[in-house]
Amino acid sequence: MRIVVAVKQVPDTADVRIDEERGTLIREGIPSILNPFDEYALEEAMRWRDELGGTVTVMTMGPPQAEAVLREAVSMGADEAVLLSDRAFAGADTWATSHTLAKAVEKMGNIDVVMTGKQAIDGDTAQTGPSIAASLDWPQVTFVGFVRELNQDSIIAERYIEGGCEVIRSSLPVVITMLKDANTPRLPSLRGKMKARKIEIPVWGREDLELPEDEVGLDGSPTRVVKITTPEIISNGEIHHGEPSVLAKLLVDSLLGREVE
Amino acid sequence: MASIEVRKETCVGCGECVPACPFGAISMEDSLAVISDECTLCGACESSCSYGAIIIRTGETGETEIDQYSGIMVLAEQRDGTIDHSTLELLGEARRLAEADESSVSVVLLTEEAGDWPAKLISYGADTVYLAEDAQLKHFRTEPFSRIAERLIIKKKPAVVLAAATTTGRDLMPRIAKNLNTGLTADCTELAIDPETGGLLQTRPAFGGNILATIVCSDTRPQMATVRPRVMKAMDPDENRSGALEKIDLSPSDLESRTEVLEFNPLDEGEVDITEAEVIVSGGRGLKSPENFALLQELADLLDGSIGASRAAIDAGWVSYPHQVGQTGKTVQPKTYIACGISGAVQHRVGMQSSDFILAINKDETAPIFEFCDVGFVGDLFEIIPFVIKEIRQRRK
Repeated sequence: MRIVVAVKQVPDTADVRIDEERGTLIREGIPSILNPFDEYALEEAMRWRDELGGTVTVMTMGPPQAEAVLREAVSMGADEAVLLSDRAFAGADTWATSHTLAKAVEKMGNIDVVMTGKQAIDGDTAQTGPSIAASLDWPQVTFVGFVRELNQDSIIAERYIEGGCEVIRSSLPVVITMLKDANTPRLPSLRGKMKARKIEIPVWGREDLELPEDEVGLDGSPTRVVKITTPEIISNGEIHHGEPSVLAKLLVDSLLGREVE
Repeated sequence: MASIEVRKETCVGCGECVPACPFGAISMEDSLAVISDECTLCGACESSCSYGAIIIRTGETGETEIDQYSGIMVLAEQRDGTIDHSTLELLGEARRLAEADESSVSVVLLTEEAGDWPAKLISYGADTVYLAEDAQLKHFRTEPFSRIAERLIIKKKPAVVLAAATTTGRDLMPRIAKNLNTGLTADCTELAIDPETGGLLQTRPAFGGNILATIVCSDTRPQMATVRPRVMKAMDPDENRSGALEKIDLSPSDLESRTEVLEFNPLDEGEVDITEAEVIVSGGRGLKSPENFALLQELADLLDGSIGASRAAIDAGWVSYPHQVGQTGKTVQPKTYIACGISGAVQHRVGMQSSDFILAINKDETAPIFEFCDVGFVGDLFEIIPFVIKEIRQRRK
């Protein structure tokens, strides 16, 4: 079983702050981390590799420093890693990103499953997984909380949707996107850490993937960000102080007042 | 490949572009604008420069004949033959956008049996209903749904295609957009037509709700967006509205799929979907222990409401994940939202700020929740809520 896990290096958004005067993100001093959703995809991939044999290859598209998340994944147990990095990839939206990732999967050849986190915590789009599937013309199973079965021909996965859980069977090859809390990602092992230090990570650029200039990066991106603002807060609520019993009466007034409406 | 260039001979060093850059990528060095690697080529500086000194060069892009595309197409979502409320919200929003440029609104319904839904969709704002009925369209499956929608989009050339940012919409739309080589914006909370270009301005939260980004898709069509449920308003149905019904021809190959739904297990009873609740009593870090949620449950039961929770309470294991409200949980829009011991950080706010009426109880009067609630009570929830429960019981007697 050959599984590719697509991961992303993201800023820890819990720490992102806004420069109120300029309306820009303050990125300085914010640690970069492996996208938390991708950790569950990696763990699910390694769990099946451990059972069936085969390899888990992690890949990411990003600047040279994104290599750090690949080494982290290797320390957790991934077998191989590939970095897709080229100045021409900059400014990519989800169309161009998935297009580039899909090309890399084609270049690897004979891949059975591509797994990735449902979404990245910086963009929150959840679009890259299904777009990779479209690029490869593979089926997709998104919002997966658990992979029940995997064999040479098919996969059975639980897909969590509004109001319940669908159990889906798909033929291989397939793209799977994983939910948070799907499993318990393992910690880096000592052996993994040693391997992560030594492993040579190939870097593939635009020409390695035989992609034309207008299909990558900004030129290959149909969408553009034109404005960034901080969400407005409208503050006009009445705030009450006082004895709990008095506050409770006021609270019930406003609650039941609305029930009558 | 695309590049950005500052023309040295034209740049006067006025510095206007520095604050115009949303990414802080421009600095002034020796009276010349210098652009760092933070640049995403967004173009904000190009339009801010009064001297035309900043130029973004893009590679040759294939021109779509944009003018041939018009109207707004909504992809309806149904489960067991019932249209999801989000579809009606999208029709209301599509109607509003269509008024701006006097275009039309269509809706695509793929289902086993439509019943009287086409007429209802027209009453909620559609001018045309495109309908395909087949037993194999009973459940959503990515491949048949995307294949049929793609073919219809190529034929009908809508300028805008919208779907709800549900698990269905977020599965389906990226596939369609990739195959049609066009742009897609995820989980929008605001849509508008740019009066200058006629293009769709798509606004969405990113970075955990810390920022709002406005995104355009200027060179390709259709402009596609998924829209967060319970943010847009459905219009009041008008049974006198007229509209057309057009059947979509299906061939057996349209229905082929490499995935199949083996079973569907609905949520357990009692584990209600909080996005459907009219009243939500929600607890956060201030609850201190799982046992204390019983107090909120008692209040929720009195009000026929459901229990919500902030991420702090979920991470502590006090309440299960289906109850989480916020950026990484659910977006809710109940008639009444009662926030108890929740500070109101941005990640929570984005999941509940569209509630009709927000009540907050918190000991800390500086908690951010008091900046955007409708009524706030500064005090200890363990003292206030028992009085509230008693008071409601007394008044109802």
